[in-house]
Parts: sequence; structure tokens; C-alpha cells
Amino acid sequence: MTDVTTELRTADGKSLKAALAASQVRAKRRAFFLVAPLLLFILVTFVVPIGQMLKQSVYNDAFSSTAPALDKWFQANPLGTPLDEGAYAALASDLKLMKENRTQGQAGTRINYDVAGTRSLFTSTARKINRLEPPWKEAILGVNEGWSDPNLWRAMRSASSPYTIDFYLAAMDHTRDKDNNIVPVNPNRAIYGKLFGRTAMLSIIITVLCMILAFPIAHLLATLPLAKSNLLMIFVLLPFWTSLLVRTTSWMVLLQQQGVLNDLLVWIGIINNGQRLEMMYNKTGTIIAMTHILLPFMVLPLYSVMRTIPPSYVRAARSLGATSWTAFRKIYLPQTLPGIGAGSLLVFILSVGYYITPALVGGADGQLISNMIAFHMQNSLNWSLAAALASLLLGGVVVLYWLYDRLVGIDNMKLG
Amino acid sequence: MPDLTNADNDEGFVVFDRVQKSYDGETLVVKDLNLSIGKGEFVTMLGPSGSGKTTCLMMLAGFEMATHGEIRLDGENINNVPPHKRGIGMVFQNYALFPHMTVGENLAFPLNVRGMGKDERETKVKRALDMVQMGDFINRRPAQLSGGQQQRIALARALVFDPKLVLMDEPLGALDKQLREHMQFEIKHLHESLGITVVYVTHDQGEALTMSDRVAVFDDGRIQQLAPPDELYERPQNSFVAQFIGENNKLPGTVESLNGDTCTVRLETGEIIDATAVNIREAGQKTLVSIRPERVEFKPDMMPEGAHTISAEVLEVIYMGDIFRTRMRVAGSEEFVMKSRNTLDQVRLKPGETLKIGWHPQDARALEPM
Repeated sequence: MTDVTTELRTADGKSLKAALAASQVRAKRRAFFLVAPLLLFILVTFVVPIGQMLKQSVYNDAFSSTAPALDKWFQANPLGTPLDEGAYAALASDLKLMKENRTQGQAGTRINYDVAGTRSLFTSTARKINRLEPPWKEAILGVNEGWSDPNLWRAMRSASSPYTIDFYLAAMDHTRDKDNNIVPVNPNRAIYGKLFGRTAMLSIIITVLCMILAFPIAHLLATLPLAKSNLLMIFVLLPFWTSLLVRTTSWMVLLQQQGVLNDLLVWIGIINNGQRLEMMYNKTGTIIAMTHILLPFMVLPLYSVMRTIPPSYVRAARSLGATSWTAFRKIYLPQTLPGIGAGSLLVFILSVGYYITPALVGGADGQLISNMIAFHMQNSLNWSLAAALASLLLGGVVVLYWLYDRLVGIDNMKLG
Repeated sequence: MPDLTNADNDEGFVVFDRVQKSYDGETLVVKDLNLSIGKGEFVTMLGPSGSGKTTCLMMLAGFEMATHGEIRLDGENINNVPPHKRGIGMVFQNYALFPHMTVGENLAFPLNVRGMGKDERETKVKRALDMVQMGDFINRRPAQLSGGQQQRIALARALVFDPKLVLMDEPLGALDKQLREHMQFEIKHLHESLGITVVYVTHDQGEALTMSDRVAVFDDGRIQQLAPPDELYERPQNSFVAQFIGENNKLPGTVESLNGDTCTVRLETGEIIDATAVNIREAGQKTLVSIRPERVEFKPDMMPEGAHTISAEVLEVIYMGDIFRTRMRVAGSEEFVMKSRNTLDQVRLKPGETLKIGWHPQDARALEPM
């Protein structure tokens, strides 16, 4: 027997802990090498891009890197300093630099995010800057009166530092007035809040629909004999094996106004030719197509939970005097909660970030926030705003995840 | 066929009347079941898996429909009564305690669904828990209990609403041997003190013999024999029962002469032995003689006067503590077993020895071969 009062030692006197670590070092190293490729892959394709995106949402040097003189002036003079000759001299110096480096468009675009219609101010003034003479204030204002706008100067001051939260303000339908106070944007231009709201609403509707549709299927899958349930499982998984685009376009064929379903309804006589239903290129189309696409993500976790619930629970409840409805409500349903939770979380998270289906079948009012992010990535090229919108979306999902963990517990989640 | 139903003609508390059950419309899982169980009786359905015993229990509980025939409970046909209206308590194989409820909530469940008031409910739950000595566990979850404790809770839950009848579907199957034996006695005592009617399903013959008033041995969808444990063990009615209950030596042969209850049988190797005729109709019939290993004797003074003996060669002696298990070659069979008690004066046999063995004629039962 080893003496337990002192540190345990191996037979030849080494520390037991050290001996244990030494004996396991090879196995640990091998295990690490096996997961190393995946670790690297995740780092390169997931952690780094998300980090980049988060940085992009608060960092934009398109203006600050092209306007060193203005930056100096802004640092020397706090907000509220009258726009004197010095300010305009700095502007002229920067415009010259921009013309030299051909960066006036880039700088103008950055300011244009904040104050609409100012990009042309930069390009047109830069074009003429070499012909202008001091005093700069009169000369520049002579080219364009627009330069006297205090809001423009506020925007340039804000943009002269690469780090800014202005993109988050924009993503939440807020902006700054000329005194740098945060104010809501003109209600006509407040689109993101509405879009976030619509995204959340549609996602909730899709999640609920998926739950209602998936529950009986999953139950059937879990209780049918193996041969039949395997066949049914193939039908459930079939959507996974078909291209997303094919599935979405087939919904278009089915649901559009001149489509199969409307033709059928007209032919049966339920509706007139003039009353064809609009089920495509609106919210309805988005909901139908996305519910279909995301249904397996609800079925699978539910199925995996239901499979583990022995039929004897419901039988026990019934033998104890419960009607089949009570047995379902009090015994079966509570035990499927981990599956419902996991499936709902999965479907909800997937649908808040869904892009391709709403883009194809959503029309104008079936667009989600991800379509707006894509718009800013591809069309308006305001990547920082796209990043801010995406970060808000990510933040929302993380909060949801945290809530789920608090309420249900992540350990209770079963994904199959 | 002997009459397998209850001997007296009084209508039993639970009656299976010509019940048949088929799942696929081609084969019968239960074939013509007739069984009458008296009030307060402890009846065990014993049989190998697939013999139809669990199906019978499920039909009684209402989870399976009888394809043909009638099941009556307390004189009332319950074929079309849904399970929750039958008022039958049931203990399941894996206890089926609701995992999302505490022990107390589990026990209160049957009372809740009956709309019982809170005070009465609490009293009953407490009484039921005390009955199984689990009063301290009322706030635990089933997952926090050991197998034996879960078993007790399942038992208490099946009894808490004072059911007319309690069904138990292999309730002790998941417990280890010692605990199982302990629980057998506990269930038996509960049955005796509460006076409830119990239908118990098991494939463990020891369990069936220990606990039951009567045992119904199932095979092939039929009751092969319905009898009290001692009768079942000592006087099996056919070779299936003889084989299934306890260990048995089987000697095939032909009936040489039939004289009332006794007969002589010529074994295939030519020896003649004495036996009790059980379901033998005439001389010349093929038969299977069954003898319990502990009733085989090899000391001449223990054998009855004039009994036939046959020679045996000892092949193997296994020391089992309380007994010696001796495997011998008898009448061409190498699987003949004799059990002798390990007493001070017991003769220790050695492999290779030859000796004469015999038995009382009433211990050798000539049965119709299956």
C-alpha cells in the first residue's frame, strides 16, 4: 500500500501526477494533431472573417486616411469652433492630396454614408482645386455653397477618426445632428428597424409553422416500425438532397399567380380568374418556401428526442387514469421539450439569417435583413454598414442562445 | 386436454373467455385463452418470451384489443373500455416513472386526474410512500433513485389510487439477484396485507413459484398448466411444463404396461422403469418420462421395495456448496443429472464409477411427448 498521507509516488519514486502526465503526453499530442486541421480550418474560415466583420463595423479609414490636414484641424479645434480660414485651408490641402492620389471619390463616399448627396461635392471641388487661390474659404464656397453646411463638417469630423459607432447608429435608424447629438432619422428613411422587426416576425411564424408540421411527423417516425420509418425518413431528408434553388423555383412554379395552385383553384371554381391569390413575391411566399426548406431542422431534433421516450410512459399515464389528451399534455409533451427547444432555436437562427429564398420569392415586402446586408455588400458598397447590421443580427442570435441556456439549458438540447 | 379453467364454476374476478389475439391476421399470438382469477388472488403468467403472456396482460390493461373473445372484470365486459376507465394499476418493466416529475408528483398523478382534493391527495401519497418505506424521498426525481427505490415508487404509484386489480409486467427484471429476491417477498407481503388481486407476468420461474397463489404456464399462445406452485413443480401436466419449471431429466421410451395410475416404460436402450402415468392413454404409446434430479436415489435403502433400477456411469461431479450435482450416462443419455445434499455422511461419487439408480414411481412422470 502507498502511504496516503504524503504525495503519492510511483514504485520508482516519481511523482504520480508527473508520471500520469508523462504517460498520457503521446496520446494527447496525437489527439491534438488529429484535430489540428479542423482547428486551423475553423480559425481561417470562421473566427478570422467574423473578427474582420466585427472590426469593419466600427472601423472605416476611407476618409481618415485621405484627409490628414483636416484631422489635425479637427483635433486642434473642438466641435462648435467657427469654420474659419484655417479649416478651409486644411480642406483645400486635403482635396489637393485627394486629387493627387485619386481618392476623392473614396473619401466622398465615406461622408456620403452620413450626409446624403455629398459625394459629388468632393469630386467636383477636387476637380477644380488646383485652379483655386487663397483665401480658401471664399474660393471653396465659390465652387460650391454646400461646403458651408455645419452637418457636413460634423460628418467629416466624425469620419476623421477611423473608429466610429456611426454605422451602428445607422443600422438602428439613428444619426447625429450638426451638434453631434444622436437623433432618430427621418421616419421616411427609417428602414432597418422595420426590417429587423419583420425578420423576427417572419422567423417566429416560420418556427411555429415548422413546429406544428414537424411534431406529428416526428412522432410518426419515432413510433412506426423501422422499415416504414426509414422510408418516411427518406422523404423528410429529400429536401436536403435537392438543390435549394431547384426547390425554391419549384415553389415559384406552384404558387405564382399563373401557377399550378392558382390554376387548380380556378379550375375547381373556388376562385374566379380575376381573384387569383398572390402567394408569391410577398411575405406569404417567403413563409411557405422557408417553412418547407427548414422543416427537416425541426423534424430531426424532435425525432431524436421522441425516439428515446418509451411508449410505456404514456401507457403508464393512461393506466393511472389519464385520458389520451391528458397523457399527451402532461407526460409526452413535457418530455419532448428539449427537442422542441433545439429545433426551434435551430430553425429560428437559420431563418433570421436566410438570404437566398426571400431574395427569390420575397418580392418587395418579403425581404429580410440579410437581403439588406447583401444589398450593402454588393450594391451600395457600404461594407461597414453591412457589417454593423450583420453584427446586430449576430448579437441578437447570441442573446437568444443565452436566453435559451438560461431557460431550458443547453445541456438539454438534443440535435440528433 | 384437461380443463385448465378455474375448477369451480363461480365467475372469477378477472375472466378471459375464449380470448384470441392476432397482430397480423395470419398467426395467433394468443390461442383460445380461458382463465378465471379470483378476487384477492395472486396469479402469475409464466412463460418464455413470445409465449403470449405479455399480450394477455396488455389486453387486460386495455392497450391491446382482443381479436376474439371477452375479457370481464368484476362481471363487466371491458373489451371496449379505454385503459383510463378500467381502474387497473400497472407496474411496468422499466418502472415508467415520469422523469420530469418528482416522486410525490408521480404518485399524485393518478389522484390529480381523478380530480381529488389537495388534502386527501397528500394523505394518500404519504400513506402509499410509507407503505413502501420511501417517505423520505417524496421530493426526489426518479433519476436520483436506485433501481430498487424506483421499483418501490412504481409499486406505490400503482397502488395509490386503490385499484381493483394490479398488473405487473416483469417488474423485477432489471434488479440484481439479491434485491430481486428481497422485492419478491415485499410484493408478496403487500399483496397479503392489502388483499388486492395481482396478475404478474414473468419469465423467471423462481419468482413465479415464490410469489404466486397460482401460476399459469404459457407456451405457444396457450396456457399449458394452471396450478399452485407445488403442484406445478411436482406434478407437471405435460412435458413442456416439466421442462420449463425447474431442472428435469427426460428419458424417452414406450409404455410397456398401464395399470391405473402407474405404468412401466421400456426405454429406448431396453431398460424398464416405473413411472406415474400422467397423460398416457394406452400401452405401446410413445412417452417421455421426467424425473427431478433431487428425486433420483442411488443408495438401495432409500429406494422403495421392488422398484426397478437402472445402471448409471458417473461422468462429472460438480460441488455446488449445498448440493452435489452429478452428471451421469443413463440409458444412452449423457445429460442425466442427479442432485444429492451435501450432508456429513454423503457418499462422494467419482467420475468413472458405475452404480444403480432408482426412484419412487410417483416421482417419475410419464408424459405425452411434445
